[in-house]
Amino acid sequence: MNAPTLFGLCAAVLVGLGLYGLIVHPQPLRKVLSFNLIGSGVFLVCAVIARRGAAAGVGGDPVPQALLITAIVVAFAASALAVALMLRQCDETGSNSLSSDPGPAPAKPPADGEA
Amino acid sequence: MSDALHLALIALLLALAFWTVVARETFAAVAGFVSYGLLLTLAWVALSAVDVALTEAAIGAGLTGALLIGAASRLRKTEAAARTEWPGRATRVLAAIVASAVAAAIAACVLLLPDPAPTLAPEVAQNLASTGVGNPITAVLMSFRAMDTMLEAIVLLFGLIAIWSLASDRYWGGRPGLAPVYEPNGILAYLARVLPPIGIVVGIYILWVGADYPGGKFQGGTVLAAMWLLLMMSGLHDAPAVSRRWVRLVLIGGPAVFILVGVLGVFVANAFLAYPAGFAKPLIIVIEVALLPSLAVTLTLLLIGPPQRSESPP
Amino acid sequence: MTTPAGLLLVLAVLLPFTGVLLGLVLGGRHAQRVAWVTILLGIGIVLAITRVLLNSGASLVYLLGGWAPPLGVALRADGLSVCMMLVVALVVGAVGVYANGDFGTPAGQSEARAPLAFWLLLLAVWGSLNLVFVSGDIFTLYVALELLTFAGVPLVALDGRAETLQAALRYLVYALLGSMFYLLGTFLLYGAYGTLDIALLAARVGSQPVTWMAAALMTAGLLAKTALFPLHLWLPPAHAGAPAAASALLSALVIKGAWFLVVRLWVDVFAGIVTLPAAQLLAALGASAIIVGNIVALRQARLKLLIAYSTVAQIGYLFLMFPLVQALNAMRLDTAAAVTGGVLQAISHATAKAAMFMAAGLIYSTLGHDRMADLRGAGRALPMTITAFALAGASLIGLPPSGGFLAKWLLLSAAIATAQWWWVLVMLVGGLLTSAYVFMVVVRAMAPAAPGWSPKKQVPGYQQAAVLGLALCSFLLGLAALLPVDMAQIGRTVAPLVGSP
Repeated sequence: MNAPTLFGLCAAVLVGLGLYGLIVHPQPLRKVLSFNLIGSGVFLVCAVIARRGAAAGVGGDPVPQALLITAIVVAFAASALAVALMLRQCDETGSNSLSSDPGPAPAKPPADGEA
Repeated sequence: MSDALHLALIALLLALAFWTVVARETFAAVAGFVSYGLLLTLAWVALSAVDVALTEAAIGAGLTGALLIGAASRLRKTEAAARTEWPGRATRVLAAIVASAVAAAIAACVLLLPDPAPTLAPEVAQNLASTGVGNPITAVLMSFRAMDTMLEAIVLLFGLIAIWSLASDRYWGGRPGLAPVYEPNGILAYLARVLPPIGIVVGIYILWVGADYPGGKFQGGTVLAAMWLLLMMSGLHDAPAVSRRWVRLVLIGGPAVFILVGVLGVFVANAFLAYPAGFAKPLIIVIEVALLPSLAVTLTLLLIGPPQRSESPP
Repeated sequence: MTTPAGLLLVLAVLLPFTGVLLGLVLGGRHAQRVAWVTILLGIGIVLAITRVLLNSGASLVYLLGGWAPPLGVALRADGLSVCMMLVVALVVGAVGVYANGDFGTPAGQSEARAPLAFWLLLLAVWGSLNLVFVSGDIFTLYVALELLTFAGVPLVALDGRAETLQAALRYLVYALLGSMFYLLGTFLLYGAYGTLDIALLAARVGSQPVTWMAAALMTAGLLAKTALFPLHLWLPPAHAGAPAAASALLSALVIKGAWFLVVRLWVDVFAGIVTLPAAQLLAALGASAIIVGNIVALRQARLKLLIAYSTVAQIGYLFLMFPLVQALNAMRLDTAAAVTGGVLQAISHATAKAAMFMAAGLIYSTLGHDRMADLRGAGRALPMTITAFALAGASLIGLPPSGGFLAKWLLLSAAIATAQWWWVLVMLVGGLLTSAYVFMVVVRAMAPAAPGWSPKKQVPGYQQAAVLGLALCSFLLGLAALLPVDMAQIGRTVAPLVGSP
């Protein structure tokens, strides 16, 4: 079995692991971690497709590689937004959860500039 | 790399990914993920995607890692409460079945991909000369599919607007992030004095070689962002208030120049985002140079979050 | 080849984005002014596109950078795209008028958070949707979906309450997972066929496992984003918790982006690949959404949640068109009625639902709450608004001559022509349930107020006029049947007939 195929199978497992984590973990931060795992699996599939398309003297098809750079940058922005949302939720309620029950009442708003 | 090395790399990747999912402590999971991200860089190299490897190292592992570590340490106090919501066995079994089915289907697809694989590499090579750049990926990003790259810069800006909009009203217009603590003799302060000049040179160099070799504005921008973050963390420099006109000008500068060059193409090259013959490379460099500071500032501000203190210290 | 006036498509996308950039730099009150100039120019551009489409009777095409696919990216607008662009321009205009009342920068402040964010996000939503409608490339569509997500999520949490932050986070998780699945499908298609262009893909795709998997992944991802039952759980808290103008944008427009993409994929790209049972599965989910959404809507104690659950139900109608198209295709009949019916349903829901959410916002301001149990006095204080709510409701129910009536008529006749009578039954039951809750709201709002009651706040007349105008558009949309051409079908020469076995 050649290298691209091996990495392709690895990518499939990564997506599966990430999907499992995304479903079972109640904490949003763990969901974001799992989302990033799924993302890396999806990106790896794309890199495999690029590698398989090696031709004309280049080691990989440059079109999917360029798409990949775009997708990695977009995924970072998505993670940053998710993290900002959960930190704000934590500031407001003192809890960090996605379940519908309201978390425990906030003890007190966090002090400004707390390190 | 030999097959044995590939197999070892894959085994390590899977082990770290597994750890990231099953680790009990979120912080430990994040640590696993950061090592995973660094290791993944090797996978891109093994697949001959050096440009992607650089992006992954800079953004996928570096910035995302810093973001998640920061979040994990701030959310530590909520850990115990969240753990009580752990789903029952039935949900976990169901999740495992769904995840395995999806993984199996993707694996089947990978095995069933056509051979020989369809590729646009010959078309890219054929048209490379007219773009004036030597790196085929830069040609795709800045010429053939320049629209995607322009939209990508706009996506980052939307992400930042989204994050800023989460600020609490009383701090609107203020500074993002936590107040800096300056320790003149700390190791951070030392690094913050030594590294940035080097980092700036490296960042600009990565941008410059990107035209012909692996590299480019995203990777270069990330290096600059890292230097700025270092300055902020060491306390030598404070994050700027989001109401500052210069901050906003830098943020939109890159996308605005991109759009303007695109519109110029309508008049001199008969299509939006087309370059007149012979001027492709200079115009591409103009766009990349304009994007570099915008991307560096956008990435940094994405990382440090919404404004959360007033502009002047109380 | 680029068609004459194809540049208009670039403008339709870039103008709102340029507005966002300018608004961010100028800030404060200027952002609102920039938004208004952009809205007026943008409406002009969409009207110009419509004119070119009607005059030429063919799609508009623009090759970006002069590069032809597969190497380059093409923008294309057929009748479907232009219909959607028209309704988005209309709703954005009406929401803009309404938002002048709620999102002005307060006097004495140079810039306030929520107003700045709202006006920038309004333009961001608009540009992203136009991109979804005209992009001819499935990867550019991925970027468009992400743009739409980043514009939609903060709209949910605009007033900063803890529960809206949570709703926004949950929405984001669904949306991100949806995009990842869509992206994986995109990569698989490229790996199998070497192109990302919709027209080239439509010609190249064959019935093989990789294609099925790509279709399944992309569809599943898009269903999560459009909140089709059972992936709808994120929608009600998100849409009900947002400020009224933002709810109107989210419920009327944002979810339609992902739905439109499902239509593009199923009707254009995978026409010969998807099977009748698969289409029936999609419609069965839609039917469940109609029944469940409507019943849950009936039991809500708050008006905004009722309207949000009604969206869950109405999304269901949008998916009834797929087995009809598929069956008409198999019988070698014209699919126009089913496709036009589906698009008309999207359009009439967009106008009606935006009007309803904004009406609920006015009722909330006037009464100081939106509890269903105590809507007394709303009718006396806001006669125009309650009329608008009733007209929008009539369109959702499907009473003539509303847009909803024409849409359901087209879908019903397609269902009867293909002998799929069970969808007829679902539509009729759905209509009955919808009329129950619309009736309930209107009757309670018409009850006289308690003696001595006075409105909490006087709402400006222009807000009421914007709501009524939009509701009237929805109610009179059925008259579109009198138009000489079926605009939605223009340029649809990639007739699905070719693809079927």
